[in-house]
Amino acid sequence: MATHSVAEDCEQLRKAFAGWGTNEGLIISILAHRSSAQIKLIRETYAQTYGEDLLKDLDKELSSDFERVVVLWALDPAERDAFLANEATKRWTSSNQVLVEITCTRTSDQLLLAKQAYHARFKRSLEEDVAYRSSGDFRKLLVPLASTYRYEGDEVNMTLAKSEAKILHEKISEKAYNHEDVIRILSTRGKAQINATLNHYKNEFGNDINKDLKTDPKDEFLAVLRATVKCLTRPEKYFEKVLRLAINKRGTDEGALTRVVTTRAEIDMKIIKEEYHKRNSVTLDHAIGKDTTGDYEKMLLALICHGDA
Amino acid sequence: MAEIKKTTILVRREKKLNKEGEKIMTSPEECEALRKAFSGPHGVEEKSMLEILAKCNPADLTTFRKKSPYIFLDDGCCFERWDPFHMKSLEIEFLRFQRAVIQRTMHPWERDALLVRKSLEEKPPLYNLLIELACTRTSDEFLGARKAFQCLYSESVEEFVAVRVEGFQRRLLVALVSTYRYKGMRIDEAVIKLECQKLGRAIKIDKKNEIEKDDEVLRILTTRSKHYLKTIHKCYKESYDSNLEEDLDDIQILRDTVNCLCAPPIYFSKILHTAMSVCPTEQEKEALTRVIVTRTDVDMKDIAEEFNREYGAPLIERIKAAALGNYRDFLVTLVKRGMAN
Repeated sequence: MATHSVAEDCEQLRKAFAGWGTNEGLIISILAHRSSAQIKLIRETYAQTYGEDLLKDLDKELSSDFERVVVLWALDPAERDAFLANEATKRWTSSNQVLVEITCTRTSDQLLLAKQAYHARFKRSLEEDVAYRSSGDFRKLLVPLASTYRYEGDEVNMTLAKSEAKILHEKISEKAYNHEDVIRILSTRGKAQINATLNHYKNEFGNDINKDLKTDPKDEFLAVLRATVKCLTRPEKYFEKVLRLAINKRGTDEGALTRVVTTRAEIDMKIIKEEYHKRNSVTLDHAIGKDTTGDYEKMLLALICHGDA
Repeated sequence: MAEIKKTTILVRREKKLNKEGEKIMTSPEECEALRKAFSGPHGVEEKSMLEILAKCNPADLTTFRKKSPYIFLDDGCCFERWDPFHMKSLEIEFLRFQRAVIQRTMHPWERDALLVRKSLEEKPPLYNLLIELACTRTSDEFLGARKAFQCLYSESVEEFVAVRVEGFQRRLLVALVSTYRYKGMRIDEAVIKLECQKLGRAIKIDKKNEIEKDDEVLRILTTRSKHYLKTIHKCYKESYDSNLEEDLDDIQILRDTVNCLCAPPIYFSKILHTAMSVCPTEQEKEALTRVIVTRTDVDMKDIAEEFNREYGAPLIERIKAAALGNYRDFLVTLVKRGMAN
């Protein structure tokens, strides 16, 4: 792979904006093939060279879905998460899921960086806004999920896993889904420990916990709990489902599609693609190709191959 | 020349004798000083022990034991024995300087992580200590402590706290140790007015014992930035003519939370005062070391001013009266240093 000079990239991007119209193909060919670290350098150099913010220029020159995917991609991962989380606090229902997604699929340090980026951009903390914009049981769950700095070690306490599986089963059987111990276990335990607990839950009580949490398909809180469990234990399956629903939906949910592709391209897109293929019998590339068009489609396809050599 | 020598010799060798005709090397004043050296309440007077004890002969020691009924018991054994309770306390007092030195040299993150652990492992648990740590440290200082806690104990602070408390205490304390507050000065005046009203309504109008059920009070205290909360505190005072923490007096953990977030010097000067009061518990006494060691680089000047204002005595003088020896000198130096910053 040819080495690219940051200065060249800046020049090319500037050229892409020059004159009438925009050379979208050039933008895709550069940005989709740079890592977030490289893009950061490009943004700095662009600002130094031309005295303007690359993102502002992208915003001016591009539009609709294509603009959104390019701008989100060009953001630093922490800034991107902060931006998406903030957007989610301004809307309702499905945005609870976005908050769960961001707070539970990121590593502790990634979430911390996102919270620092949130302070810098919005002059408030993520917890403040999540708390302010939610209420009742949702607040009781979402605020701790946003605040926690989970332990990330691999060691697992099997005795604890057994006792906490029992507690979860008890509360779920009593339909006390918002019980403080359910919240405590899901929002403070490390991911390895939660995995062990839920494996034990299945061994001991027969069902996946999410099956037992499906008693009322219309209950939004249960949906959020299920999303929490999935994001903490099987993020690639969670993302596969989001993509599947986004693509199969009448008219496509571009918001969800863009969000998952831009946030996972550098993380675990390869695994998500494998999951997608397994579950849907077609490749993600194929599904996106069928469902989207134009520059938006091109950018998405370039991004999902981002990690591939 | 010869005359001077004579005088010196006379002063040195008093040649007193006790009843049994044994020589006595120490004066009653020295005996008293030695007693004081052993009696705390904060630290030991090493200098007295060195100088006076060293020159005591067995007769002096017998006299000392007989004349110190609070230290030696004369209860039917054929000798004056050490009061075991006093001996135990003396061990702690000897260690006070050592503990202060270790705390001062320890990395603040390790120090705070150890204190977090201790706060809930003690019986009864020290909620005010946990609140002090979570609320008086900056967002990044406490984040460091959380990382250190994970290194030391292979679990997160929030896990540790959540499993040891229940109900309202759990919701408050877990939120306080988890939150990563905005550190800046930006506030929204309109929102402040609204939230001040919410607090006022919850405290003044609704029944006070319902505060624990009020989600909004908890939300405001556990997520808003410190600058924001200080502004609300001011707004509350203007609107209701009373201090927020005083109105929350019934619920100690809420009162401590407000004090630690809005006016740490008031909180710190109060626990310093308690530490040096007449009969503090060992936990309360330890606050003397902890506050001086941890605040000398932060807001010692404000704490000393508040102490003077509230209790009518300069902090340094109070410490000199309550503490002994190296421990006293160490604390006084740290306070002076902090005040000069």
